[in-house]
Amino acid sequence: MMPFTGFSQEITEIDGDGIAVLSRNSNDTTYVINFWATWCSPCVKEIDFFEEVHSRLHDSKVKVILVSLDFPNQVERRLIPFLEDKKITAQVMLMTDLDYNSWIERVDKSWSGAIPATLIFNRERRVFLEQELTRDELFENVNQILD
Amino acid sequence: MKKVLFTTALALFTLTALNAGLKPGDKAIAFSLKNVDETTVSLSDYSDQKGVILVFTCNPCPFAKAYEQRIIQMDQKYASQGYPVVAINPNDAEISPEDTFKSMQALAKEKEYPFPYLKDETQEIYKAYGATRTPHIFLLENKGGKFKIAYIGAIDDNAMDASAVTQRYLDAAIGALISGDTPSPSTTKAIGCTIKAKG
Repeated sequence: MMPFTGFSQEITEIDGDGIAVLSRNSNDTTYVINFWATWCSPCVKEIDFFEEVHSRLHDSKVKVILVSLDFPNQVERRLIPFLEDKKITAQVMLMTDLDYNSWIERVDKSWSGAIPATLIFNRERRVFLEQELTRDELFENVNQILD
Repeated sequence: MKKVLFTTALALFTLTALNAGLKPGDKAIAFSLKNVDETTVSLSDYSDQKGVILVFTCNPCPFAKAYEQRIIQMDQKYASQGYPVVAINPNDAEISPEDTFKSMQALAKEKEYPFPYLKDETQEIYKAYGATRTPHIFLLENKGGKFKIAYIGAIDDNAMDASAVTQRYLDAAIGALISGDTPSPSTTKAIGCTIKAKG
């Protein structure tokens, strides 16, 4: 855990094993896991939509997790100011395992490693989207998994 | 508002059909692209080399920047051994304004690229190879005048810090070719910037 001031939540660190387990969680929750970074312009364009999914649906067992792929040495300088500026309240995790090859396929076999990428799943349904999403596309995909 | 959101469940959503691209063992695809020095560079120009380190990269991506020096070092280390670097910028400059041909020329000059830096103007070459991100490496091996894909993926296992690298995937793959072996692993994956293409 990395506590810091001026921002209402903590950024949880996650490693390759952690994301592999998280990507296979099987409970009554629907997970919306977005892989992004502050320097990735298409990611930044869609991040408000994920925040909106979080604010609308977190009471309905939908958990949004924003997994940041910013370099760990840029957390203070870039990640935290960005989250503060955007007033992000969805959970943010920081990927600390930089041997990407060791965990990318454990999230989804089809993932080439490009971001943004989004995994939406529950114990019944699963979709992995290696692309930028419009607001409508995101909500449509979440609804398909919830159905 | 809520009603609108929840009645779209039946709406069709489309996934961009992903080109599977090339795999290790496949024949490389020929290209002829404009270099930052205004000449045209073709894969066939390298037919007297043992191979080519083809790097899809770009100007602004932080991963491309993090690897820039290492890509230069790759060329310095391997060009003399018959494996020169050829860099290709696949990004659409309208979507990614830092990737105009002029910006590419400026960067290549500033960093004194010892290798060609080509513009994939029509974006056909990166699609044919199946590159999806920058940087994305395709190591080509010259087999009797025909280039084949020997390795696809990452340079090493630490983009942030070159001094903390423990696995040098590309080094190992070139080493395997030099010793007459097949690279293993022949593919690796890495996080990178999406290639910016017109929708």
